[in-house]
Amino acid sequence: MATAPEALLAEAASDDGLVARPPSRARVTLRRFLAHPTAVAGLAVVALLFVLAFAGPHLTRWSYSDIDYTALRSGPSARHWWGTNRIGQDVFAQTVRGLQKSLIIGLLVGVAATAGAATVGACAGYFGGWTDRLLTFVTDLLLIFPSFLVISVVSPRLKGGGWLVFALLLALFGWMITARVVRSMAISLREREFVRAARYMAVGPLRIIARHIVPNVASFLIIDATIAVGSAVMSETALSYFGFGVQPPDVSLGTLIADGTGAAITYPWMFFFAAGLLVVFVLAVNLVGDGLRDAIDPTSARRRPGRRRAR
Amino acid sequence: MNDPVLDISGLTVDFGGVPAVRGVDLHLGRGEVLGLVGESGSGKSVTALAAMGLLPAAAHVGGSVRLDGAELVGAGDKALSRVRGNRVAMVFQDPLSAFTPVYRIGDQIVEAIRTHQDLSREKAAARAVELLDLVGIPEPRLRAAAFPHEFSGGMRQRAMIAMAVANNPDVLLADEPTTALDVTVQAQILDVLRTARRETGAALLLVSHDLGVIAGMADRVAVMYAGRIVETAPVDALFAAPRMPYTLGLIGAVPRLDADAEGRLEPLVPIPGAPPAPGALPPGCAFAPRCPLAEDRCRETEPLLTAAGRAGKATHPAGAADPAHLAACVRAEEVGALRPLDVFPVPGTDGALRKAGPGGGRPVADDVLRVTDLARTFPLLKGAIVKRRVGSVHAVDGVDLDIRAGEVLGLVGESGSGKSTTLFEILELRPPERGSVEVLGRSVEGLTRRDARALRAGVQIVFQDPMASLDPRLPVGDIVAEPLRAQHADRALVARRVPELLRRVGLEPAHADRFPHEFSGGQRQRIGIARALAVDPRLLILDEPVSALDVSVQAGILNLLLRLRAELGLAYLFVSHDLSVVRHVADRVGVMYLGRTVETGAVAEVFARPLHPYTQALLSAVPLPDPVRERARTRILLPGDPPSPTSRPSGCPFRSRCQVFAALDPGRKERCTTQAPALAPQGGDHTAACHFPAERAVL
Ligand code: SF4
Ligand code: SF4
Repeated sequence: MATAPEALLAEAASDDGLVARPPSRARVTLRRFLAHPTAVAGLAVVALLFVLAFAGPHLTRWSYSDIDYTALRSGPSARHWWGTNRIGQDVFAQTVRGLQKSLIIGLLVGVAATAGAATVGACAGYFGGWTDRLLTFVTDLLLIFPSFLVISVVSPRLKGGGWLVFALLLALFGWMITARVVRSMAISLREREFVRAARYMAVGPLRIIARHIVPNVASFLIIDATIAVGSAVMSETALSYFGFGVQPPDVSLGTLIADGTGAAITYPWMFFFAAGLLVVFVLAVNLVGDGLRDAIDPTSARRRPGRRRAR
Repeated sequence: MNDPVLDISGLTVDFGGVPAVRGVDLHLGRGEVLGLVGESGSGKSVTALAAMGLLPAAAHVGGSVRLDGAELVGAGDKALSRVRGNRVAMVFQDPLSAFTPVYRIGDQIVEAIRTHQDLSREKAAARAVELLDLVGIPEPRLRAAAFPHEFSGGMRQRAMIAMAVANNPDVLLADEPTTALDVTVQAQILDVLRTARRETGAALLLVSHDLGVIAGMADRVAVMYAGRIVETAPVDALFAAPRMPYTLGLIGAVPRLDADAEGRLEPLVPIPGAPPAPGALPPGCAFAPRCPLAEDRCRETEPLLTAAGRAGKATHPAGAADPAHLAACVRAEEVGALRPLDVFPVPGTDGALRKAGPGGGRPVADDVLRVTDLARTFPLLKGAIVKRRVGSVHAVDGVDLDIRAGEVLGLVGESGSGKSTTLFEILELRPPERGSVEVLGRSVEGLTRRDARALRAGVQIVFQDPMASLDPRLPVGDIVAEPLRAQHADRALVARRVPELLRRVGLEPAHADRFPHEFSGGQRQRIGIARALAVDPRLLILDEPVSALDVSVQAGILNLLLRLRAELGLAYLFVSHDLSVVRHVADRVGVMYLGRTVETGAVAEVFARPLHPYTQALLSAVPLPDPVRERARTRILLPGDPPSPTSRPSGCPFRSRCQVFAALDPGRKERCTTQAPALAPQGGDHTAACHFPAERAVL
């Protein structure tokens, strides 16, 4: 079965009077992504998590910092849906609050670090010469920079919305290795004929990077970004443990998991809701990444299966 | 014929259920040369490899291959090794893979001899040197101690043949032995193969896609299509009166170097469509989807290979009773009397198209490209960490070209002649190292960015490998629109142009949302052409546009180029190593050797009366797909390989291989060794760079 837009397009294109806009890559990619059921499911799950994270606090009368002295370590009940922790805080309220932080930190770090890596790597590889030398120097410098030290110095000065800056700091120290890989891929792409063809057609260098270089390293970038999402959530935890990043009484999924680990067997609700949401989150991001990769790579095996038969 | 040395019958090969060879019968008589022709994917190489038992374990081989009555299919490794390299030897397309890089050539040949013969090391070594001498390797005693990578491609192929004949085999299998080589080297290697065969009396199974090579070498020919033999006949009969539409199409699709009596060229006939995928064969005759003569009965049962072509009963009407001429076609008798053009319709205008009349002179128009004395050198660097410049590669060293609006200039030369470097120098639009480049009447000196962009709209390029030159991640519509967008065309224009362009090159506008890998090779090249046409250029630079394609597909692309040129008044700079193709599409030709233009002129003139010794040798090395004419020609065989472009000899750079120079008396030789000949007019607009130009007919 040809999908509806395809059939329409074919019709419109064969009709001389009615000029159809030739489908651009963005539309073709979107169509292929939407035809990928697991990817759409992943996207839906991520969306639901956001809804949960931002609508959740309004659903319960507990706030994440409230302490219910009448219910310490009580299991899930009508009063405390997901139970309470050691000092009587509502686990549901805390988890959704933590989810807010972790979703944003994870996605922001994943996307920002990968975008930075792609830009720096592709520019260094494509332009070569002193651009390459300069960018490689910066990359290497950041690579040997004691990121932990920098974050620990900077984060205590950030009050309130500081955790956003904290996410950017994490991103700042998370792109270098990817950038180096992208750079070497770009160097080999630069010599490919289709890039050369674009150059001879007067396509500008930045457009070449955006249209030809980056899409051709996209598979790698997407895998890298999905891994970065998960690891950002975890490194935030590690840093929070040392007192940077998200500070008590504020919470993130990471700090909740860290706190609940010891009680995982005895009081499972303190641990499993946070851990479960993190797993769901990372899984969903992976599904989206998979779908995006297949949508961008036209040769991937899991193409829309109906198409071959249709034509 | 009565006593075949190699008897292949009912051979089948499949790779994981996908059939590659589907019942092949071949009989190779003692001392006979059998040519096996087919396009890529037809199963010809697999057949040869299966006969040697050289297929990977994943291949499932059925049927029988008998060598002097001894069955080879299913024989154990031991038995096969006794036969391989001893009674049957193989010459591969890529000789580098056949030699072990870390052993000396001589030692490897000694090894080959001593595996099968009881000879002392010294005797075997002496024999190895003898063999190297036989295949024309100069200073064989010294060269025996060389490593494979120290040999050029042609030399390696010679050494490979030496190794193959080391044990006086009964059968030689040569799988595309000259495909990767330049035509002058190909002529040498074919000559060596002939010598080797004469010396050993071996039968030769020559696998090739090149009808010219087959016409010159083979006694009998078998044509393969989709894993089966579809026609087999003595070489003369096959070329004169093929009985299978596919063979007819192949012959009609090959551009020819020689014109007919009136000097006209036949239009090429493209075979429509593409060969079927091995996993998805049509029922009945595998060629039916592409065959203009197909009838309903063709699609029912697969026709057998018979003298009359009719499945089951063999009738022998008068005139078709040659028992050696078999065809797998239900209409074989009719086909025998037809010519390619009768069977394969050449779409309207394509067939009628002629190039600017012969002798009609050049169009009166302004130049779209003028290159004078262009040079480009690359530094030769040495050292792993600290690079030192140890010399220069003179890739381009004095090239002159001029193309007028609406004209087609063919630029020919062998690999290393600097053709591609010349192109890229022109396309970079930057001031050259030496000489001058003028594009569309503008010098490339001092162009601003805006000027350069505007100029690029007038000059577009089509690359050799259509897969590599199309971004695999972009839908075809976006690919074709790219030059338009680079010129800041508005969306409405892009939307209108893309379907129009696709239709113009013979593709479905509705396929704009597909990706390059979903198209066949020929279609991809059409996409490349559509992209180049997007901004209405005046000059199209074509870099070997058909050399990656099978002949039947190539013909379609060449016809398209001719049609576009007539419709749009384009000028082409057509770069190719294939002189027949240039003969077919170009008005004028420039011949390059070692980075210099050595001869230019109108195509008809240069091909009929070449003046430069190199052009003469080049033309004489191209095999003609016509056994009668091919065998009657005398060939100029150039010795050796082109010298490396790092050394820049004094005098004429062609001296080391020049057949005219070799015959000169010492007094006149002096001139060639001391003065580099300049490109000088030789009457009309025919120019040649030689001190002693002499006409010589070579076709
Ligand atoms: S059998 Fe029919 S389809 Fe096949 S080649 Fe002959 S005429 Fe064409
Ligand atoms: S100048 Fe002398 S060496 Fe050069 S091509 Fe002419 S005859 Fe040969």
